Amino acid sequence: MELAHTTQTVTIAVAGNPNSGKTTLFNALTGLRHRVGNWPGVTVEKKEGRYRDPTSGREVILVDLPGIYGLGAYAEDERVARDYLVGERPDVLINVVDATNLERNLFLTVQLLELTPRVVLALNMWDEVEARGIKIRTDLLSERLGVLAVLTVATKKQGLDTLMEVALDVASHSVREPLRIDYGPEVEEALTRLVPLLESVSELATKYPLRWLAVKYLEGDEHLVREVEDKLPREALAEARAVRAHLRERLGEDPEVVIADRRYAFIERILCDVVERPQEVDTLTFSDRLDRILTHRIWGIPIFLLLMFLVFEFTFALGNPLSDLLEEAFSWLGDATGEYLTDLGVHDTVVSLVTNGIINGVGAVVVFFPPIFFMFLAIALLEDSGYMARAAYVMDRFMRAIGLHGKSFIPMLLGFGCNVPAILATRTLESRADRLTTIFVTPFMSCTARLAVFVLLAGAFFPDHAGLVVFSLYLLGIVVAVAVAKFLRTFVFTGESAPFILELPPYRFPDVRTLLLHTWDRAKGFLRKAGTIIVAIVILIWALGNLPPGVEEYSEESYIGRIGRAVAPVLAPAGFGTWEAGVALLAGVLAKETVNSAFSAVYGVDPAELGTALADHFTPLAAYAFMVMTLLYIPCAATIAAIRQETQSWKLTLIALVFTTLIGYTLAVLVYQIGRLLGLA
Amino acid sequence: MSARNAVPLALLRPNEQGVIADIVGGTEANVRLLELGFTRGREVRVLKNDFGPLIVALNGQRIALGHGMAQKVLVRLSCPS
Repeated sequence: MELAHTTQTVTIAVAGNPNSGKTTLFNALTGLRHRVGNWPGVTVEKKEGRYRDPTSGREVILVDLPGIYGLGAYAEDERVARDYLVGERPDVLINVVDATNLERNLFLTVQLLELTPRVVLALNMWDEVEARGIKIRTDLLSERLGVLAVLTVATKKQGLDTLMEVALDVASHSVREPLRIDYGPEVEEALTRLVPLLESVSELATKYPLRWLAVKYLEGDEHLVREVEDKLPREALAEARAVRAHLRERLGEDPEVVIADRRYAFIERILCDVVERPQEVDTLTFSDRLDRILTHRIWGIPIFLLLMFLVFEFTFALGNPLSDLLEEAFSWLGDATGEYLTDLGVHDTVVSLVTNGIINGVGAVVVFFPPIFFMFLAIALLEDSGYMARAAYVMDRFMRAIGLHGKSFIPMLLGFGCNVPAILATRTLESRADRLTTIFVTPFMSCTARLAVFVLLAGAFFPDHAGLVVFSLYLLGIVVAVAVAKFLRTFVFTGESAPFILELPPYRFPDVRTLLLHTWDRAKGFLRKAGTIIVAIVILIWALGNLPPGVEEYSEESYIGRIGRAVAPVLAPAGFGTWEAGVALLAGVLAKETVNSAFSAVYGVDPAELGTALADHFTPLAAYAFMVMTLLYIPCAATIAAIRQETQSWKLTLIALVFTTLIGYTLAVLVYQIGRLLGLA
Repeated sequence: MSARNAVPLALLRPNEQGVIADIVGGTEANVRLLELGFTRGREVRVLKNDFGPLIVALNGQRIALGHGMAQKVLVRLSCPS
């Protein structure tokens, strides 16, 4: 969402390492809540929020940048952050640092300061600093870095007002030059020769701080080297390359290592004077002991599978009873509304639109809100507790076997919630081959919208084994994803996987309030969809079912019946060659949950009777084949949009659509035909 | 300046520790390691090295890194105290 910038508004970007509490701080300031995760890249979307300064009444726009460790730009999210800082030039940059680990956090800080002087440090987790008896001379730290620092505890909302005051103060004053680190005689000499060369190209001089750009050039930053070399005139280009080659020769090793070393040396010198740690022996913590079990070479995977199984159990044990209640409520609402409107003398058509169309259609989706809520809650619990990073660790070996990266596992797991954020979460993957493959296979992960369809059908046809049937579908999705990933990595997206490196944050007891907020935040999207897009689709289906004028509602002669009939012959080999099933699948392309609404419309029943109505039209085998199709065929419209956005290619998007549909259809047919041979029909 | 008797981190057993002497290998791996705090002179301790990526302690944080990455980090073994 782009917000309009006026002269009155100040733009403040928030940057920091993953696990520094950056997103918590952003949420506390804006109240625009979104997910907080424990690994880089949960905040891949550029999030904006508004904050009104209580004293001046000024409107502030806050932009949450992805969690990054540096500005190396090897990973997509680092590039996103860097491009934003260079291109958009926010008025102020709040750099959130984990004050208990300044050594590493300042590595990003100094890089930010080299890029822009308009930085305010938020020394976060200050309560932790005090608890551990670490002494930090913040005044001296400020002085040495040339930047103002504010103590914060984002989780308790402490220090945030002061932080914003200071940030707004920085916004309205001119500031000095960016930070200059002494990189030693060899590098400095190279910089002295390089900067004038860059300066002669106005395109570069207006866009970048030149010293920073020159350092990046010497570091061999792929993207910037390409940009610089494209723009430099020929002689200057030759000289720039000569400078870099000469430097490498003089140093006897890669300049980027030396530059990083000097950066760290600069930080170390400051920290020697600023930080006093009590004799902390890095003893084995509770987290380590837990890791010994949870990341164990033998027990790690079974424990992971057990946790997944518990997630499902939890989802259904808590969700189903609530679903039953909602079902009854919607039945009652439909009947009561119908009677009331008829008593008022409202025309039959309108009554039908309200009850058969809207109430039943929306009800068919909303009754599955409880299991969906609990599924999101379980995923949030895994994230906030720190387990998610371990899941990536445990699965790394397996993922490598299928040619993917351990980190690919996280988007795939998120896919169980919703495929859209899952596809966005692939941005943390450094290698393009890993990323494209993960984008292609994520839609096979069964999302909560499909769950609504499965719960309906499994409940109707396999009442005694509903949980098992649903679980089998999830498993099928995983198996298909694995097979397709292997195929793609072998024949299509070949190339190296990025090396595995991942921070394992300490395990935490999730804060209940935050947990519920995250869950609600994601689950409410589902309800919002039910209230908007699904109502629209339901009305569309209702209209098509009642036109041309004079046809019986939802009969085969209605428009929708004719559309369904056109599709039906194709679906016949899969056992559900009825026009109703055709309609349901077509509706499902817009949003998977609408499959339920479409069924409730074409059979003309309310959610509570839907199971019985389905039983008249499907055999259990056909119902299972239908679920296989629903699982694998074309992803929903929102996911298609996400695939397009992340691949930046219509061609790839189209391939993905055709590909998924072919796989879904083929498997549905196989299930039905093999089942028939086995005498299961 | 690769130091004498520096060994790849990947060879350390659990509970052994060492001081990082050098980081060798490609640019990308290098930058990743540097960003997470693998710099010369830092102490690093291996917590797990059996199957799958290693888990090491560095600066009070826990980092999982693949064997390929751990080959690139050369450490001077500290004698057990």
